[in-house]
Amino acid sequence: MIIDGSEKSLRKFLSELSPVDQVGAEARAAMLATRSIKTSSKAWAIDMAISMVDLTTLEGADTPGKIKTLCAKAVRPDPTDSTVPSVGAICVYNDMVRIARSELDSIGGNSVPVAAVATAFPSGRASLAVKKIDTQDALNAGASEIDMVIDRGAFLSGRLMEVFEEIRTIKELCGNKAHLKVILETGELVTYDNVRKASYLAMLAGADFIKTSTGKVAPAATAPVVLVMLEAVRDYFALTGTKIGVKPAGGIRTTKDAIKQLVLVKETAGDQWLTPDLFRIGASALLNDLLMQRMKLRSGHYASANYVTVD
Amino acid sequence: MSDFEYANAPESPAIANIASNYGLFIGGKFVQPKKGKSFNTINPATEEVLSKIGYADKSDIDAAVKSARSAYLKVWSKMPAKERGKYLYRIARIMQERAREFAVVETLDNGKPIRESRDTDVPLAAAHFFYHAGWADKLEFAGFGSKPKSLGVVGQVIPWNFPLLMLAWKIAPALAAGNTVVLKPAETTPLTALLFAEVCQQAGLPEGVVNIVTGDGVTGAALVNHPDINKIAFTGSTEVGKSIARAISGSKKTATLELGGKAANIVFDDAAIDEAVEGIVNGIFFNQGHVCCAGSRLILQENVAEEVLDKLKKRMSLIRVGDPMDKNTDLGAINSKEQLNKINEISNAGDKEGANRWSPELKLPSKGFWFPPTIFTGVTQSHRIAREEIFGPVLSVLTFRTPAEAIEKANNTMYGLSAGIWSDKGSKVLWAAKQLKAGVIWSNTFNKFDPASPFGGYKESGWGREGGRHGLSGYLTAEAKVNK
Repeated sequence: MIIDGSEKSLRKFLSELSPVDQVGAEARAAMLATRSIKTSSKAWAIDMAISMVDLTTLEGADTPGKIKTLCAKAVRPDPTDSTVPSVGAICVYNDMVRIARSELDSIGGNSVPVAAVATAFPSGRASLAVKKIDTQDALNAGASEIDMVIDRGAFLSGRLMEVFEEIRTIKELCGNKAHLKVILETGELVTYDNVRKASYLAMLAGADFIKTSTGKVAPAATAPVVLVMLEAVRDYFALTGTKIGVKPAGGIRTTKDAIKQLVLVKETAGDQWLTPDLFRIGASALLNDLLMQRMKLRSGHYASANYVTVD
Repeated sequence: MSDFEYANAPESPAIANIASNYGLFIGGKFVQPKKGKSFNTINPATEEVLSKIGYADKSDIDAAVKSARSAYLKVWSKMPAKERGKYLYRIARIMQERAREFAVVETLDNGKPIRESRDTDVPLAAAHFFYHAGWADKLEFAGFGSKPKSLGVVGQVIPWNFPLLMLAWKIAPALAAGNTVVLKPAETTPLTALLFAEVCQQAGLPEGVVNIVTGDGVTGAALVNHPDINKIAFTGSTEVGKSIARAISGSKKTATLELGGKAANIVFDDAAIDEAVEGIVNGIFFNQGHVCCAGSRLILQENVAEEVLDKLKKRMSLIRVGDPMDKNTDLGAINSKEQLNKINEISNAGDKEGANRWSPELKLPSKGFWFPPTIFTGVTQSHRIAREEIFGPVLSVLTFRTPAEAIEKANNTMYGLSAGIWSDKGSKVLWAAKQLKAGVIWSNTFNKFDPASPFGGYKESGWGREGGRHGLSGYLTAEAKVNK
């Protein structure tokens, strides 16, 4: 164990992390964005990105009908082409988990997991008791992935142990029933030093994945933020032998954006992270752009937007 | 699991449109050398001949200097300053318009990755013309006296590592200050200078204001020794720089010399390690390490040395070495066989002297001139690889225990061009910067250039500065006299 569970050891560990130089991190991310991904590597990246999409709807206006449409899309993103892989998961609010699970099962999407956002998503402003009930509810409904938010207020006011305990508690609830993704909401943590610190805090507390954002706060998954988080999982692996996943979410809308994310993964955490088990992209509009670019690559021309399904 | 190998993403060589042969650019026209001699310029990544280049001898130099003198006396020195500025703006804009062409030609002729010529060399070269265009009509307010005057005809000799950028560093301030020039590009990289000559024609620059003479060291010496040159501006090796200093002593000529370096890149234990690793990589592997200000001596605090070296090696394994025209290439070809031999010779001396060589596993192309990204650990101050400029992708790693020791090691060199400091602590950075004897000091970054920022060295790294107001002063005299 690199910490003994006490507040003192947690603080000591986090305070000894190397700082992030803002200018340097942004320059590195910008350089990696210039990588030119063409032909065969683009085809590979598009299919990999599709299989990494956590197809998401998190609206107050979500209905069972909307969820079912999304499930169909998740299982067969392109109804005209069976070689297109299914997406990584469906990501919905708690009360839609049961509907999503049974719909997926009934259309042959047994292998597509349902992720639920829990712990008073998106703000995280509720008592731990409520957050526990919220999580348990999602688990009972059949969620196999929990996307929890951290208490940013506690983190920013220095109550690190409180954040740690919350994550640990939710992880305990998840047990081996569900994967835990911990949303840092990097747009509210603001500095890269905070992003690095929160990443380690989440990993130490038991996160299976660290996730950038709720999608409700801008900026969300910027390239330098994802870079810093990928460095954190890479170094955590070197330290502990445990691989933690990364999930950027929010603002990734185009194939170009998604491919840039995969380049970041390849040249930071390494090729081992290029699997849906260790990298996901939280998105909704992205999937259709990936499908259109996939068609373009195969046919040589762009199809009208009506050739992909609207969900 | 992963098959995410980047497919080839080559830039098109057809954009370059390189002529099969080039004459000398004298008096606004391409002319054949008087003796009709020529030499080939090759692509160092493939060893293929790109073009046949005119070889200028003494008589050609004389013609070029005469043309420059005549343009100086009749046109350029009499032209209102704001008109000079307009020409410089026009040149800058044309360079931007033809940026892709310049980048491709540079990469083909030099061997540097297209990503660097496209994102660094060409934009910076255009920026130098824009910057100096602005100075042309403001010289009276630049602090050089109320009536600063141009010098006359300037002879300029530039190296092969940044052919177009070094041309811009030389020509832009010279013209802005009202001088005319005869420029000799390096023997192995004449093409972008000749393309620039076309730009001068396109911009309608008066004939003879810029003259480009191609050739080798003998050509350069003829230019330096020509009696009707008022100033020499040279970038290149310290050895040649010293010979220029000797050649012009006792003459009316002035000189700015931008020479070698063996920069210390100091990493303190409180640095942002990941970004420091990026900075180390950028410091020594940018442009194949063919950079006079390269961070070629890494001076690491001992208590973080292991961590930094571990991360550095992993990062070096990601450096993509190969076809410079591929947009994803990070490290291109060594510019010439001669340079490759020199890198090999000093590196082999490193082995013999007991340092430990390490390079990532990679396959180098069979044709062309290549050297893998390399670090030497266990280097001591007395090793040749710690003292001599290698001018290649070779990093010597030394360690230190206290800040004072770091400074002492950093300054223990005949050079003093640049240095880097990596620390998250502002007070330490400022303290170290004050102690370091180097003309350019980067803090938490490396190899950053800007036309407004003067560049130049201490000790055997050179005389004078280039860029900014300081650089401009090298092309002006406060006295109201006109040289004849």
